[in-house]
Amino acid sequence: MSVPVPYPREFALVLLRDMLRIRRLEERAAELYGAGKIRGFLHLYIGEEAVAVGALHALAPDDAVLATYREHGHALIQGVPMTAIMAEMYGKREGCSRGRGGSMHLFDARTRFFGGNAIVAGGLPLAVGLALAERMQGGSRLAACFFGEGAMAEGAFHEALNLAVLWQLPVLFCCENNLYAMGTALARSQSQTDLCAKAGAYKIATRAVDGMDVVAVHQATCAAVEQVRAGLGPYFLEYQTYRFRAHSMFDPELYRDKAEVEQWKARGPLHNYSARLKAEGLLDEQGFLALAAEVEQEVEAAVAYAEAGSPEPLEDLCRDVYTPASEPPANPEAAP
Amino acid sequence: MSPRTSYREALREALREALQRDPRVFLMGEDVGRYGGTYAVSKGLLEEFGEERIRDTPLSELGFVGAGIGAALGGMRPIVEVMTVNFSLLALDPIINTAATLRHMSGGQFSVPLVLRMATGAGRQLAAQHSHSLEGWYTHIPGLKILAPATLEDARGMLWPALQDPDPVLIFEHAQLYNLEGELDQAEPVDISSARMRREGSDLTLIAYGGTLGKALAAAEQLAGEGIAAEVIDLRVLRPLDDATILASLRKTRRVLVVDEGWRSGSLAAEIIARIVEQAFYELDAAPMRVCSAEVPIPYARHLEQAALPQVPAIVAAAHELCG
Repeated sequence: MSVPVPYPREFALVLLRDMLRIRRLEERAAELYGAGKIRGFLHLYIGEEAVAVGALHALAPDDAVLATYREHGHALIQGVPMTAIMAEMYGKREGCSRGRGGSMHLFDARTRFFGGNAIVAGGLPLAVGLALAERMQGGSRLAACFFGEGAMAEGAFHEALNLAVLWQLPVLFCCENNLYAMGTALARSQSQTDLCAKAGAYKIATRAVDGMDVVAVHQATCAAVEQVRAGLGPYFLEYQTYRFRAHSMFDPELYRDKAEVEQWKARGPLHNYSARLKAEGLLDEQGFLALAAEVEQEVEAAVAYAEAGSPEPLEDLCRDVYTPASEPPANPEAAP
Repeated sequence: MSPRTSYREALREALREALQRDPRVFLMGEDVGRYGGTYAVSKGLLEEFGEERIRDTPLSELGFVGAGIGAALGGMRPIVEVMTVNFSLLALDPIINTAATLRHMSGGQFSVPLVLRMATGAGRQLAAQHSHSLEGWYTHIPGLKILAPATLEDARGMLWPALQDPDPVLIFEHAQLYNLEGELDQAEPVDISSARMRREGSDLTLIAYGGTLGKALAAAEQLAGEGIAAEVIDLRVLRPLDDATILASLRKTRRVLVVDEGWRSGSLAAEIIARIVEQAFYELDAAPMRVCSAEVPIPYARHLEQAALPQVPAIVAAAHELCG
């Protein structure tokens, strides 16, 4: 067991609760996928929860966040209501993207959640631009961009890192290294497997951290955020983590050993963190069960909300392709 | 005393005006600053507005076009310059997968007020990686607006309304037009929604845009000497197309010829003719025709390049055939 949890009890439990919220939301989503309620691709974050929870709690609420197509957790922790996330997966108009995005494209202007992006590395140049806009307008908000290690083989990664460092922009590059780009292991796809060394070629500050440990993630991210906000340029964090479930619902998982999966599961972020809280007397079994029951309620309320949601009328099929002249954009930043 | 100006200077004046009027506007692209712009459009602006707002970028089309989208989302009004349409292919992902989709994909939450300028077209013996006319390709994409200024007035006037547009606008500047000179009295406001009649006529309608407008007008002049009164429509806006202006003209002339520097197959010319046939088939006196580029990557040698492009004699010949 690592160092004592360095937080007041209340915050220590928030971290646990948020990981549990992601876990249960996704387990339920997987069931609903099986029941045919959710379709398309569904990429589960199960196993990686400590990264989104630890990292997003290190940010200010108005920092910009960009994520990948495995982004249910990031959206939820950034403050998108679980009801709106579930309704989006159901394809309902009450969804956070009005049923136009689905699981991979959760968006929320209110919380500055700039999306689920299904183009690998697609969010990185956007983060650079958001940070540039922020600096040009004299603001202090940063842009945090989550991406997998697979994105580091894309040109967009290299172009974005170069720009961010060249222009010393407030971008937090959050690499979720879960070792597989879909089914291709890191060593089978990239010549340099030391990701900090690879990013470091661009003269960016880097740090690798145990992504299965929510405390380690939070602490490392807080330190990085402090540097970025102080104007010391962008920062690259590698969160070493692991995806417990298949890549998507269509993945037979032929590319990795069951034993390897079991080894990582033994380091499960929820299990280990709750054990640690119990060992330190911050949580007892009754407290855990109460927390779990609350989360269960939130999930079931989200399902009920999605079930009761309405389909977008077909006459609105082509809305939101262009901005109507009469309607100011919902994101106040883009107001004319 | 009308001041003489060039297309290049008109574009520069438009940039200067936008930078002066709106502090959110900035220009970003390869060699827009120190070098003064590949086509010298932004010459002098760095000295006037500084490095933050006249921002030189590395050779990273994917990166800086994506960053332009991000800056637009973050409250700025970026004008991103890509050297040529051929190079914009390196940024197809952010243009098409993000700029064009974001508003819809986010359920109307995130509009992308980005202006993307680039040179297009052939005629300078720059061969097949600098000379293509791919703007028609972009017109396939819902979510984008596509402009093609062909006159000094539009070079001067289209940028400001493009910047007021909440959605991504692509402006295609035909490389042969930068040296176009003429008189421009005053910066008149122009719209970015309609096509415009550039010459009135009653015998046939020539539809052109960008680099082919001058050729269509030259052909119309020659045809006038041969007793054929050609009307010339400048599309100006390639997406969304102004069907009403096109149809109004051909209802008068009953004959239509589209002049498009894109290749014939799957072209903008094909789309225009399809719309005409769908909406006004029985009002036509002859099958619509088009003059497009030969289906070949644009070659280097001057005689081959010129032979590959729509030229006045071909337009005149097609007009005679239509009116015959």
